Amino acid sequence: MGTLYNDKTPFTRVFLFTGLALMAVGLIFGLIGGLQYLVPSFLKAQLSFDKIRPLHVSSMVFWIIMAAMGCVLTYIEEHTGRKLYSARLAKVQFGFFLFAILSIFSSYVMRIFGGREYWEFPPMLAIPIILGWILFLINFLLSIRTLKNQPVYVWMWLTGVFFFLFTFLESYLWLIPYFRNNVVNDMTIQWKSYGSIVGSWNMLIYGSSIFFMDKISGDKKYSRSPIAFAIYFLGLFNLMFNWGHHIYTLPTHSFIKHISYAVSMTELLLLGRIIYLWKSSLSTTQKHYHQPGYRFMAAADVWIFLNLILAITMSVPAINIYTHGTHITVAHAMGTTIGINSMILLAMIYDIMANSGRKIIPFKQSLKFGYWLANISLFVFWVALIIVGILKARWQMSVDQEPFGSMMSQLRPFFMIFLGSGTTLAIGFLTVISILLTQKPLSQST
Amino acid sequence: MRFDTTITGVFATLLIAFLGYSFYLYADLPQQNGPVSPQVAQGKLLWQQHNCSACHQVYGLGGYLGPDLTNVYSRRGSDFIRGFLQAGVNTMPAFHLSEQDMEALLAYLKNIDQSGNADPRQFIPQTYGHIVQR
Repeated sequence: MGTLYNDKTPFTRVFLFTGLALMAVGLIFGLIGGLQYLVPSFLKAQLSFDKIRPLHVSSMVFWIIMAAMGCVLTYIEEHTGRKLYSARLAKVQFGFFLFAILSIFSSYVMRIFGGREYWEFPPMLAIPIILGWILFLINFLLSIRTLKNQPVYVWMWLTGVFFFLFTFLESYLWLIPYFRNNVVNDMTIQWKSYGSIVGSWNMLIYGSSIFFMDKISGDKKYSRSPIAFAIYFLGLFNLMFNWGHHIYTLPTHSFIKHISYAVSMTELLLLGRIIYLWKSSLSTTQKHYHQPGYRFMAAADVWIFLNLILAITMSVPAINIYTHGTHITVAHAMGTTIGINSMILLAMIYDIMANSGRKIIPFKQSLKFGYWLANISLFVFWVALIIVGILKARWQMSVDQEPFGSMMSQLRPFFMIFLGSGTTLAIGFLTVISILLTQKPLSQST
Repeated sequence: MRFDTTITGVFATLLIAFLGYSFYLYADLPQQNGPVSPQVAQGKLLWQQHNCSACHQVYGLGGYLGPDLTNVYSRRGSDFIRGFLQAGVNTMPAFHLSEQDMEALLAYLKNIDQSGNADPRQFIPQTYGHIVQR
């Protein structure tokens, strides 16, 4: 593993650099949006909230997608011991994505919308994303060549690549009048696709993280074990069927809700396993604690535990009627995208940088500062969102509901904590990102 | 070899189940589906073109800065909504909509309102954790 690929910044690293830049930009958009919660007139003429929210969300979504693609493309080479089937295809794929991202950002700034939540851009701009993804699928399949005797992470990558394409296309079924003519039908299919699309990129990220852990431990047994495949299939089962927990209050088919409630509860098995393996995970953490990349993985482990508890709780319909439509949903989204996805991706980016002839960054001084500041701030941020969510839930369920504006005014102190912790969170991550982006190749740093 | 066959078999079974479930849903959508008036269709496009979901929710899904608008039509009436859209508030810009667009957006909000009730207070929790609508 890793012997062939010590070349200086092969092209797939460009996905990672672009991803990091998008994360930096997304954090800044997030701060502006947070400030607008408290000072609505802030940049209202230039970057009003209807622009800032999609700019923030798209930056973060594309950070995750670009970095996940970069990790998969890099690790395929390490796994197979061969170059990618086609570096040119990867370059064209990158070109499609870069074109899409720049066009999408420009459309938001010019207030040209037309899509729906999370993909607010005009539907035409989905075309380069689809084309880029098809190239990714082709390159992946031709680089892997066979599924025979493959470890679990290859299956996870395959799942992620295939299901992203399927669910992304599904999210555009609304373009057909049959699907969009009724709001309930439209939202049912919309959230079916959204629920699974997140599971798809999680497959890319978690698959890469298993590859990374194999590499750190030097033990390839786990990724070929029956338990690894059992957990993968449990994840796949949830990706396919648990999306209905987003729409418990929608007057849609009741069987969708029953299926997703039952399927979501199978995640208790994952939670049970984490608790059961807690002690051995702690000793693994101690063993690899000197490795900076592993620190980010250890942080992700804690965030997985916290967010899994939150996710399972929210998936119980009787609890979901309180949490739905409140900031508890946001806390879950932030916990998973920042706490889990971003921490894992940063760990792998660190590993890939170190393997591509760059100076190895020690886990001290500014990196340590950024890491701890980001994690502590994220915890405060997460808790503040949950508290805001509980207060909004109380308002939603109250018999004599006061006006929405009054309720929001009462939440102001928590929005201040949310903004404060969001600011330190951004500082922490920007510190880590700037270290990763400015790390010079070994030949230049000596 | 046997392990590979098992993995492929489980994967294929899940994939077939997923595709079956997906296409069943596409064919049997939850609510009766008929053509909508051009005004409602235009209203939906306007909702998307103005990115209303950045701040507002429908059935609890969307942004958090403004209130849920699923049943705003029956709760507040068209005049109230019209006033808000024309004047704006601190957090919401004034939308300078033409009369035709205003009517289309109102028709869309009325259409959403008629699709169901999004008030979480109308759900009754069951002993096994599920909920039923009053």
